[in-house]
Amino acid sequence: MGKQVLLIEDEPNIIEAIRFILSRDGWDVRTHSNGQDAFEAARARLPDVIILDVMLPGKSGFDILTEIRADPALADTPVLMLTARGQKKDREMAERAGASQYMTKPFSNAEILETVRQMVVP
Amino acid sequence: MATLNILVLVCLSYVVLLFVVAFAADRAALRGRGKWLRSPIIYTLSLSIYCTAWTFYGAVGFAARSGLEFVTIYLGPTLVMIGWWWALRKMVRVGRSQRITSIADLISSRFGKSNTLAVFVTLLAVIGTTPYIALQLQSVTLSFAAFAETGPDVGEAINREVTAFWLALGLALFTILFGTRNLDANERHHGVVMAIALEAVVKLFALLAVGVFVVWGLSGGVSETLARIDASNIARWDVSASRWVGLTALSAAAFLCLPRMFQVMVVENEDEDHLRTAAWAFPAYLMLMSLFVVPIAVVGLDLLEGTNPDLFVLSLPLSQGQDGLAILSFLGGFSSATSMVIVAAIALSTMVSNHIVMPIWLNMTGGNAVMSGDVRQVALLARRLSIAGVVLLGYLYFRISGGGTALAKIGLVSFAGVAQFLPALLGGLFWRGATRAGAMAGLVIGSLVWLYSLFLPSFGTGTILSDAIMHDGLWGLSWLRPQALFGSEGMDPLVHAVMWSMLLNTAGFITVSLLSFPKPIERLQGAQFVNVYDHSPTTGGWTGGLAQTEDLLIMAQRIMGSTQAQAFFASAAGRQGIGGYLPEPSPDFLQSLERELSGSVGAAAAHAMVGQIVGGASVSVEDLMAVADETAQIMEYSSKLEAKSTELTRTARQLREANEKLTQLSRQKDAFLSQVSHELRTPMTSIRAFSEILRDADGLQAEEAGKYASVIHDEAIRLTRLLDDLLDLSVLENGQVSLNVQTGTLGDLLDRAEAAAGGNSGELEVRRQRGDEGIMLSTDLDRLAQVFINLIANARKYCDAKTPVLTIESRLSGEMLLVDFIDNGTGIPTDKQTVIFEKFSRIGDTKAGGAGLGLAICREIMGRLGGRVTYLPGQSGAAFRVSLPVEQRVAAQ
Amino acid sequence: MSIDPNPGPVFVERRAYRRRRLVDAARLLPILGVTLVCLPLLWTGERDAPTSTTYAMIYFFSLWLALVIGAALLSRRLKSEAKSDTADAGADAVGGPAGDK
Repeated sequence: MGKQVLLIEDEPNIIEAIRFILSRDGWDVRTHSNGQDAFEAARARLPDVIILDVMLPGKSGFDILTEIRADPALADTPVLMLTARGQKKDREMAERAGASQYMTKPFSNAEILETVRQMVVP
Repeated sequence: MATLNILVLVCLSYVVLLFVVAFAADRAALRGRGKWLRSPIIYTLSLSIYCTAWTFYGAVGFAARSGLEFVTIYLGPTLVMIGWWWALRKMVRVGRSQRITSIADLISSRFGKSNTLAVFVTLLAVIGTTPYIALQLQSVTLSFAAFAETGPDVGEAINREVTAFWLALGLALFTILFGTRNLDANERHHGVVMAIALEAVVKLFALLAVGVFVVWGLSGGVSETLARIDASNIARWDVSASRWVGLTALSAAAFLCLPRMFQVMVVENEDEDHLRTAAWAFPAYLMLMSLFVVPIAVVGLDLLEGTNPDLFVLSLPLSQGQDGLAILSFLGGFSSATSMVIVAAIALSTMVSNHIVMPIWLNMTGGNAVMSGDVRQVALLARRLSIAGVVLLGYLYFRISGGGTALAKIGLVSFAGVAQFLPALLGGLFWRGATRAGAMAGLVIGSLVWLYSLFLPSFGTGTILSDAIMHDGLWGLSWLRPQALFGSEGMDPLVHAVMWSMLLNTAGFITVSLLSFPKPIERLQGAQFVNVYDHSPTTGGWTGGLAQTEDLLIMAQRIMGSTQAQAFFASAAGRQGIGGYLPEPSPDFLQSLERELSGSVGAAAAHAMVGQIVGGASVSVEDLMAVADETAQIMEYSSKLEAKSTELTRTARQLREANEKLTQLSRQKDAFLSQVSHELRTPMTSIRAFSEILRDADGLQAEEAGKYASVIHDEAIRLTRLLDDLLDLSVLENGQVSLNVQTGTLGDLLDRAEAAAGGNSGELEVRRQRGDEGIMLSTDLDRLAQVFINLIANARKYCDAKTPVLTIESRLSGEMLLVDFIDNGTGIPTDKQTVIFEKFSRIGDTKAGGAGLGLAICREIMGRLGGRVTYLPGQSGAAFRVSLPVEQRVAAQ
Repeated sequence: MSIDPNPGPVFVERRAYRRRRLVDAARLLPILGVTLVCLPLLWTGERDAPTSTTYAMIYFFSLWLALVIGAALLSRRLKSEAKSDTADAGADAVGGPAGDK
C-alpha cells in the first residue's frame, strides 16, 4: 500500500515494536522522538497517518494535536493518539482536541494495524 | 315622733350630701384638677377623726365624772403635733418614700418585709378596733333613742338593734363605694378624705354651737359659768398624777399608732409640707373641741341630774326645746361616729386584704404578685369583703356586749392595745439595731400583757377571766394577778396595764434586738428607714401625673428609641381620651409600659425604673436583687455564647485547614497515580508488543528474535524494579521500615556498594579518596548501602563525559560524616537541583530507563537514618553529598 | 468667681445658723409643752383652798393657746426659711432640711 506513517513517540522499545509491525505491513514508518519540533516534522513530511503519544518530552501530545488540526495542510490528516491513561474523560479530551482515533497502551499489535489501515481508507 | 321623722329625713339628706361631696372630690382628683383638694386645711381637718363620738358625747360624760382629766386625751395628740419635728415628720417621710399603705405595712416593711409581723399587727389592730366601732354604733343609737324621747325599754331595744344594723350597713356601703373605687397604688381616697373634712367642720360647729348655747343661753355668760363650775362636783382640781401622766402618754401613743390615724396622717398625706400647718392647726381644733366640755358637763349636771351624762350634748338642747340645735348636735355626733367607722374600716381592710387575704390567695394560686387585672379583681374583692367584715364585727360586738357603760371604758382599752405598736414603730424609725425578732418579741409580750390585764378583764369579772384568777392570779400565783402584776397593788387598772405592757414590751424589744442578728434585708430596710432624710428629697407633694409621665417618656425614649416610645405614649394617651404624647400615669398604662420596656431591658429592670419615676421611691432592695440576678444571668449567657462562638471559629478554621490538606493530598494522590500508571504501562507496552511479534511473526530471523526477546526481558526487569522501588518508597514514607542496626566501617560499605553497582565494569571509573573511610558506622548498613548503590548507578547512567569518572570522597566534619559522589559530567542545571529528589522526576532523555524514584528513595532513607542527601553545586560535574551524624569513634586501623 | 449679685457667704452662714436655731426651737417647744402640762400635778394647793377646776381650766386653755400660737409662728418662719433657701444659689436646696434629722 505504500502509505507514510509518522510516529511521534519517545520510548525506543515502543518505536521498535510499532515500526516492526507496520513496516511488515508495507507502511513507510518515520519516527520523531521530540515533542518540541514534532509539529514541524509533521508539516515537513505531510504523512498520511500520524501516530501521536501523549506523554512526550517538551510538549504535550494534546498541544501538538491542536497545532496539527489548526494547520490547513494537516487538518484532515487522521491522527491516532496513544496514551497510558484509558479513562473516559481522557478519551473525550482526545476527541475534543481532534483525534481521529484513540488507543491505550499496552495495545494489541493486530489492533493497531487494523486501526491504522482503517484510518487511511475513508 | 314628729321630730324623729324630721331627724331621719335630715339624717338621710346629710348622708346624700356626703355622697355628693365624696363623688365630686373623687372626680376632681381623677381629672387632675382640684388644687383645693390638696390644701393643708383639708389635711388638718381629716386628722379630726381622732375625735370620734366618744369625744363628742363621751368627753362630756368623762368630765362630768372625773373633772379635767378628760383633757389628757387631747393634750397627748397636741404635744405630738407640736413636736412634729421629732417623730411625725420621719413617719410621714418614710411612709411616702417607701409607699407605705398601713401601719402593719410600715412595721413589717421596716423589719425585712416580714409578713408574720404584718399579720400579727393586723390581728391586734382588728381586735383593738372592733370594740371602738361598736362604741360608735352605740353612740348613734343612743342619740336616736334620746330623740325618740322614750326610755330604754323592751320596745325600744328592738328599735335600737335595727337602727344599729341599718347604720352599720349604710356605713359599710359608703366605705365600699368610696373606699374601693379602684386600687390606687398610693392608697389615696380623695372622696373619703373630703367627706371626712366636711364632717370635721360639722362636728366642730355643732359642739361649739351647743357650747355657746350652754354658756350664754343657759348659763348666762362666762363668769356665771365659771361660778357654776366652782359650785359643782368637779370643782376641785384633784387628779392622780399617775393617771394624768399615764393618760397623756397613752393618748399620745395612740395618736401615733391608731390605724385610722395612720391612714389619714401618713397614707392620705399629699404633701409633707402640710404637716407644718397641721402642727398648730390641729391642736387649735382640739382646743376648740375641748373648750366647752366642762361648761356643758356642769350645766348638764345641774339641769339634767340623773340622766346619762354622756348625752348631755344632745339632751340639754332637747330639754330646752331647742330642736334645731338638737338636730345640729345630733348631726355632729353622727358625723363623728360615721367618720371614724369609715376611715377605720378602710385602714383595717387595707391591712387585712394586703397582709392576710392576698398572701393566702397568691399562695394558693402560685406565682408572684404582678399586678395583672386578675389579681386586682381579687384584691378589690378582698378589700370590700374586709370592710364589710370589720363593720360586721363591730356590730356583733355591739350586740353581744349589749351596750352600757362597759363600752365607755373600751375606748381607753382600745388605745392601750394599739399603743403596743409604739416600741416597734419608734424603734424601727430611729434605731438601726432594731430587728424583726425584737419587734416580734416586744409585740407578743406587750399584747399578751394587755390581753391578760386589761382586755379580758374589761368584759367583766367572771365572763372570761374567772373570779379565782382575778383574785388569786393565774395558777394561783399572786404575782400573776391580772390587775396586780408582780405585786404592784393598788394601781389604777388602766395605768397598771399600760405601764406593765409598755415596760415589758419595750424591754423585750430592746433585749431581743440586741441579742438577735438581722437578715441582710432587715439591715438594708433599717438603713433606708432610719436614714430616710439622706435618701429621699422632700417629695413635693402630688407633683402631678404629667410631670411623671414626661420623665417616663424621656426614659422610654432612651430605651426604646424616640419614634417607638412616642408612638407608644401617643396611642396610650389616645386611648385615655387625651391628645398629645402624655397620658395619665394610670396603673394600666404603667403596666403596659413596663411590659413594653421589659422586652428590652428585662422585667426586673423595667419594674425598678418605672417604679422609681412614678413612686418617687428609691428602688427597693428586692427590685435591685432581681435586677442583679437578671443581669448576672444575661452576662453568664452571653459569656457562654462568646465561648461557643470562639470555639466554633476555631473548629471552622481547623476544618478548613484539614480540608485544604486533604484536597492537596488528593491532588497529589491523583498526580502520583497517573504518573505511576504511565510508568507501569510503558514497559508493559513493549513487553506486549514484542511478545505478540514473537508469537505472530513467522520468517523472523534469529537475530531479530533474540533481540526482541531481550527487550522483553529488560522491560520485565524494569517493571519489576519499578514495582520494588514503589513499594520501598511507600514503606519508607509510611515509617513502617524497621532499621536493622549494624556496625561496620565506611570503607567496607563503600566497597560493597561499588561491587553491587557494577564496580569498575562498564564505562564508569570509580575513584575512592579514602580520607576517613576508617570510621565506624552504627546504623542500618544495608539501607545506607542502597543509597550508595543508587548514587553510583545514577552516575553510571547519567554521566555524559567522554570518560566518565566518579570520585567518592569521605570526610568527617565535626559530628557529621560527609560522603561526596562527584562525577565529571555536565552536572545538573540549577533549576532542577531540588526537583530531582521528587518522585518520577527525570531530566534529559528517558533512554536510561529509570523510573525516577531512585533519589526520592535515597532522600527517604537518609531521613530515616537521621542524615541527608543533597545536591552539591559548583563541582566539576553532578555531585551528591550524603551526610550522616556519627559518634566520634575511629576504629583502630 | 467674679462679683456675685447674690448675697455672699456671710449672709448664707447667718441664714443657715438661724435655720438651725429655728429647728432647735421646734424641737424644744413640745418638751416645754410636756413640762408645762405636767406642772399642775404639783399643785396640791393650800389646805383650805384647794386649786379649783376653773383655775386649772384657765391655765390649760391659755397654755394650749400659747402652744398653738408658738407652733404657728415657728411653722411660718420655717416655711419662709425653706423658701428663701431654694430661691438662692441653692447648693443646699435639694430638700431643705436634708441635713437635719
